[in-house]
Amino acid sequence: MRWLLGKDLVILARSRLLVATLVIYPIAIALLIGLAISRSPGKPKVAIVDETPPGQTISVGGRQVEVGRYAAQIFDQVQPVAVDSRAQAVADIEAGRVLAAVVIPRDIAARISSGVSQGSVEVLYNGNALEQSLVQSQLNAALAQANVGFSQRIQQAAAGAIAALLQGGDAAVLGAPPDMIGLSQIPARLKEIVAHQPPGAEREQLERIEAFATFAAQNLDAARGALAAIGQPIAVKSTPVQGRRTPLDTFAVVVAVSVSLMFVCVLLAAGGLALEREEHVLARVLRGPPALVSREGLLGEKILLAAACGFVLALAMLAGVGAFVSLEWSRVGQWLVALACGGVAFGALGVAIGALAREVRAASLLAFGLALPLAFLALVPSGAVSHGVYDAIAAISFVFPFKAALQALDAAVNGASPGLGVSAIHLLLLSLLFAALARVGLRRLE
Amino acid sequence: MSAGAQAPVIVAEGLSKRFGEREALRGVGLRVSAGELVAIVGPNGAGKTTLLSILAGVQRPSAGTVSGAGAGRAAGWAPQQPALYGRLSVAENLRLFARLEGLADPAGAVARMLAQTGLQERADERVERLSGGNRQRVNVALGLIAEPPALALDEPTSALDPGQRERLWEFVGGLARAGTAVLFSTHHLGEVRHHATRAIVLADGELLFDDTPARLIEQTGGERDFEGAFVAFLKARGH
Repeated sequence: MRWLLGKDLVILARSRLLVATLVIYPIAIALLIGLAISRSPGKPKVAIVDETPPGQTISVGGRQVEVGRYAAQIFDQVQPVAVDSRAQAVADIEAGRVLAAVVIPRDIAARISSGVSQGSVEVLYNGNALEQSLVQSQLNAALAQANVGFSQRIQQAAAGAIAALLQGGDAAVLGAPPDMIGLSQIPARLKEIVAHQPPGAEREQLERIEAFATFAAQNLDAARGALAAIGQPIAVKSTPVQGRRTPLDTFAVVVAVSVSLMFVCVLLAAGGLALEREEHVLARVLRGPPALVSREGLLGEKILLAAACGFVLALAMLAGVGAFVSLEWSRVGQWLVALACGGVAFGALGVAIGALAREVRAASLLAFGLALPLAFLALVPSGAVSHGVYDAIAAISFVFPFKAALQALDAAVNGASPGLGVSAIHLLLLSLLFAALARVGLRRLE
Repeated sequence: MSAGAQAPVIVAEGLSKRFGEREALRGVGLRVSAGELVAIVGPNGAGKTTLLSILAGVQRPSAGTVSGAGAGRAAGWAPQQPALYGRLSVAENLRLFARLEGLADPAGAVARMLAQTGLQERADERVERLSGGNRQRVNVALGLIAEPPALALDEPTSALDPGQRERLWEFVGGLARAGTAVLFSTHHLGEVRHHATRAIVLADGELLFDDTPARLIEQTGGERDFEGAFVAFLKARGH
């Protein structure tokens, strides 16, 4: 096996374009994936047509809220481009200078202040389906956020008014009399007055008023709490169910390294075995008995070569990325185990592909065609698709090594679940499975 | 069936090979002695490549046995399309297979084969840059590197020009004179008449004739060349 290994290393060293492709392509893919996962989406360019007079306010519960503040919350979610008119906004959309436009109408303040009609803003879209989806979701989120902020201001104003009614005094509510008596003080005052009244119809009337005042004060106080709950009805408390929470940036590193490891190992193993067949050497090497090299030895050599090359590249990537992203170097022993197991499993998948293909180009195409969707499927989160589709994706991901390698590396780098041991065993079983399939593929020669 | 006077270096008995429903070889038997130059001829699909690849250990027969003079493979193997690593040099290819064969002196074997094939000056040249004739020489040299008592050549001259063919036959003739039994398949029937000491005719997987080329001409009577005799022979047997 060592002579074949030496031969393959010589051939690899002489295939500079192949080596450059195998190194540059996965790194480029890895960087793109890493950037895509770790960076939040860019802000879309949106034209803002603010038709409201400058400094206009909306009166809510006797308090003044600036319209500009509402608009600023929308501006914050996008890259705003101020335009003077709706017509100009439409022209900018059609020319592709902006993806969308938000028109804040002149009468928004009056409509909200009326208390009987909704204020509304107009949103204009253009672009392809993906761009529309992106800008629509960002604007919807921004508008929802602004609405929440606005409703909180209303809730605060309403709560202030209720407090003034309950507590009395010099309330800062528009139209309130000075040193006003609070609703909560009325029952006690009435009780004092009733105590000095002789029995009779008037005393009974006063007792009924006192009972009502007590009831009203208690329920109005409860309403204040209800208003606070309406302001933020559901609070979110995050708890990871399994293992440690993986930071997005280090998970992106794990994804990038796993993708690179897969590409290098699968392509090298598939191409290496297909090259033996393409150059018609396979029959010469395997003929016997006794064979110059056993079929198992030949497959093992290809897997070993691919795994070793992928291992070196992936480790170099981890070390390189470690300069920019905080990685726990104390776990380096686990990294090595994960990379080795992943490399062997990907190498085994590669030889299975190589045993099916009759030439290097076909093997490379097959390897690319299989590896790309595997990586894509393994990254589909549960809940993003229907149950049935997710179950199918999970089954596919289970019988191919990418997801297991990703989990092994995530466990090794981030301490995520499932643990490294489980993933490593999974990878080794998959290695045996694909090596056996490759062995069957080689038997076609006999 | 004729056989050389010397002890056989290959004995094949009752060889059959089945690919699914198709029977490529049907009970073929032959004995080949050292120094014989045996041509295997027949129409396309007759089973020539199958027979040679079974004798060289590339394929296993569905039935029958092959035994050789030594303990290892019965024959060296040079397939129709050169089985070489294009990105390795001539010497690197020879050295690799000398090592895979487990030869005690790989460097000596490489030097011997370079000298025998006349490729010393091309030793460090990558195989992918060689001419078709020189590639075929390296291909044959790899089949000979372990000094097998017999060599199986599958259509060795099919991609060569007349000059290259002539040089290859000089080389192969030298091997036979040195005692190596050479079995080759070919569609160039003139080569059989000029170079082979024995001709085996296969058709539909059956061995129809095994004797000298001159005997085949005699059997068909009236034919002046081997090609005419071969065609007449097959026609007489319904092929």
